[in-house]
Amino acid sequence: MEQDSLLVMEHIHKRFPGVVALNDVQFRLRAGEIHALLGENGAGKSTLIKVLTGVEHLDGGTVTMEGTPISVKSPLEAQRQGISTVYQEVNLCPHLSVAENIYAGREPIKFCKIDWRTINQKSKELLKQFDLDIDVTAKLDNYSVAVQQMIAIARAVDVQAKILILDEPTSSLSTAEVEKLFQIMSMLKDRGLGIVFVTHFLDQVYAVTDRITVLRNGEYVGTYNTAELPKVELIGKMIGKEYEALESTPPAAAQDSEAEEFLRLEHAGTGSISDVSFSLKRGEVSGFSGLLGSGRSEIARLLFGADRHTSGKVCIEGKECSLKDPLEAIRHGIAFCSENRKTEGIIGDLTIRENIIIALQAKRGLGRVIGYSEAQQIADRFIEELAIKTPSADQQIKNLSGGNQQKVLLARWLATDPDLLILDEPTRGIDIGAKAEIQKVVMRLAQEGMSCVFISSEMEEMLRCCSRMYVLRDKEIVDELTGEAINEHHIMQIIAGEGETVNEEV
Amino acid sequence: MKKFKNRMEFRPLLSLIVILVACGILSGGSFFSLQIVDGHLYGRLIDILRNGSRYMVLATGMTMVLATGGTDISVGSVMAISGALACSIVDMRILPGLGGNTLAAVVIALAVGALCGAWNGFLVAKLKVQPIVATMILMTAGRGIAQLIADGKIVTITSDSYYYINGGYILGLPFPLYIAAFMLIAALLITKKTAFGLAVEAIGVNSRSARLAGIKVDRNIWLIYIFCGVCAAIAGLIESAGIKGADCNNCGLMIEMDGILAVAIGGTSLSGGRFSLIASIIGALVVQTITTMILAFGVAPEVIRVFKALIVIVICLAQSPAFIAKMKEAFGRKKVVAQS
Repeated sequence: MEQDSLLVMEHIHKRFPGVVALNDVQFRLRAGEIHALLGENGAGKSTLIKVLTGVEHLDGGTVTMEGTPISVKSPLEAQRQGISTVYQEVNLCPHLSVAENIYAGREPIKFCKIDWRTINQKSKELLKQFDLDIDVTAKLDNYSVAVQQMIAIARAVDVQAKILILDEPTSSLSTAEVEKLFQIMSMLKDRGLGIVFVTHFLDQVYAVTDRITVLRNGEYVGTYNTAELPKVELIGKMIGKEYEALESTPPAAAQDSEAEEFLRLEHAGTGSISDVSFSLKRGEVSGFSGLLGSGRSEIARLLFGADRHTSGKVCIEGKECSLKDPLEAIRHGIAFCSENRKTEGIIGDLTIRENIIIALQAKRGLGRVIGYSEAQQIADRFIEELAIKTPSADQQIKNLSGGNQQKVLLARWLATDPDLLILDEPTRGIDIGAKAEIQKVVMRLAQEGMSCVFISSEMEEMLRCCSRMYVLRDKEIVDELTGEAINEHHIMQIIAGEGETVNEEV
Repeated sequence: MKKFKNRMEFRPLLSLIVILVACGILSGGSFFSLQIVDGHLYGRLIDILRNGSRYMVLATGMTMVLATGGTDISVGSVMAISGALACSIVDMRILPGLGGNTLAAVVIALAVGALCGAWNGFLVAKLKVQPIVATMILMTAGRGIAQLIADGKIVTITSDSYYYINGGYILGLPFPLYIAAFMLIAALLITKKTAFGLAVEAIGVNSRSARLAGIKVDRNIWLIYIFCGVCAAIAGLIESAGIKGADCNNCGLMIEMDGILAVAIGGTSLSGGRFSLIASIIGALVVQTITTMILAFGVAPEVIRVFKALIVIVICLAQSPAFIAKMKEAFGRKKVVAQS
């Protein structure tokens, strides 16, 4: 049992200023298995992986690979030892060709020159193994994220890896692409690789993994055979007591046709969408569902003035508004959490306090400064209310885990006391506990009369939260559903373009 | 409140003190000697404050620009324009209707400085030209404009009121020092008493996020370039008053690099974000102290640049956290042994 372990990590300790990230954690990986590493945000998954790949140095503990102790000091060394990693965000160079990306840093040399023929030929062969038949001399950013992800995996495997770490590889993939990835994972497993699979999608865990290791709050909870651990028990292990929180999330508020209208869009369009019309009522959570690229995010950006509408009109509380920039939208009581948390949400080097108050400060105007004590008060209130895990409001936001960053962003907008909250993928890449908390806050505020726009790729979450659902296809609203009509099967049909006849309203 | 050791001002201040002490020791104390002549203070330290004031003014504007993640390499040329314009007016070569009025010359020079800044800001904020390229336009064209204003000549002037800008004294201290202090205090008030400072930092760290948080990114960047242009114009006035004339070819030549260096020594990241105006002012004093020291010790002209480069390298290394960490790693072992 112990002997066939490819990798053994024992008594791993890692401290960051003010936080114990890993406390006596162990992890065992066998050759030829797919091993899920699970836990909430801040449980220590990322830290454990960073320690293993040499990004962070461990403060205590041992790492043994194939029986010999190793100490990995840098990502390059990890690669030499046969540990390859594919991260959530594709970390390749978008402007280099596919083949260049695959061979970057280890180009074959022939007669003092880079041997492009070999590079291109070998790349093509390599990608063939993954059923990818693409032009390897084309620039990487010509291809979809899914293809880029495959290329990243191909590169990782090609460097003679023994261990492959996949850190949330599926969060930007479609169902079909996930299937494809799973096939590749099984193929690599049969070759004898040990695969560490980090994900927030539990269905995927059950679909593909052999064993599961669970971490919680930097502590080791246990390692289990996937087949023997029911999902409910797994969730219980991941989040401990907080599981009840998820169960008790109130269902979508009953939709109230008497409710006052807050905002109305009439034939509005931007560069990327044209002619959308709908209205948002107070106290209602309206969902916009559709595939990636169906126009969901574009509508959200239009509502917030992030992309200015060039045609049609927007009325807020009956009055027409130009919504020319985000500041005007904020002053009309609109708030917007972008789907791109890192690039359009957090302001990394600033503190949690500054990140929370900045929108309120902008709303008030830069001249009326929010003093230190008031800012501290606001920050403390939301840190407590949203259970943001941090030693203090003085921490830089970039040091927080994804879920906690998202909560800070939510706090930023709640601080402005919005009438309309637009959430674009608010729970992407964050754990169940934080998800449940965010959903609960949204529901509570909706009951208090706030209007909310909810966009998510997770249908289950949409069904739970939304009392009205707009379905989008090809940048157009093709249907509007309320009440009983909101069910997964029906929505899927409409998205797929089979549903028009079912609905009488249109 | 943060401990002083962790503040941005700590390391530049330490550098300044070390350099000053070194100067004091090397000169046998004469570096620090002060005399009072006619109720005015004289001495090397006063020279540093007087000659450093244009660096301080420049660094004030440059800090804000760098904090937004931008840069302004046109400040030297703007200095030349402002100097040429003010001197030409005082000398009644242009706008003779003003009768060579110093105040009018100063106001017009500052307004033109603001205009230059507005041009830079327009290119950077509205047309999204990369800052270094955008300001390079005025850096090259600016000296030409200054030549045109001065009609291709070196304008020498006789005006006691204009000389006062550099040579005047109030309460025993040189007048330009008061100008620098005024600009610093004005900038501190704007950034601390309003949320402008927070906006600048947010823009510097992540301008897309800042925009979506309701910050008017374009407008604020524009304002900052205008402010930097005004600062450059003031520095130009101080310099031209010092040499009692305008020399379009040499006024503020390569000073943009000294300005950026001052801010860098002050610890503001050139990629934008956290900034400290006071730390930049200290950085400006460090730059000026090096220059004064070179003059005071009579370093041979041919080695001046190498000498300055060496000092800058040492300062930058001493302030680099990565370098300090490496040094600790290399030499720290003895300490551990000693403790155990």
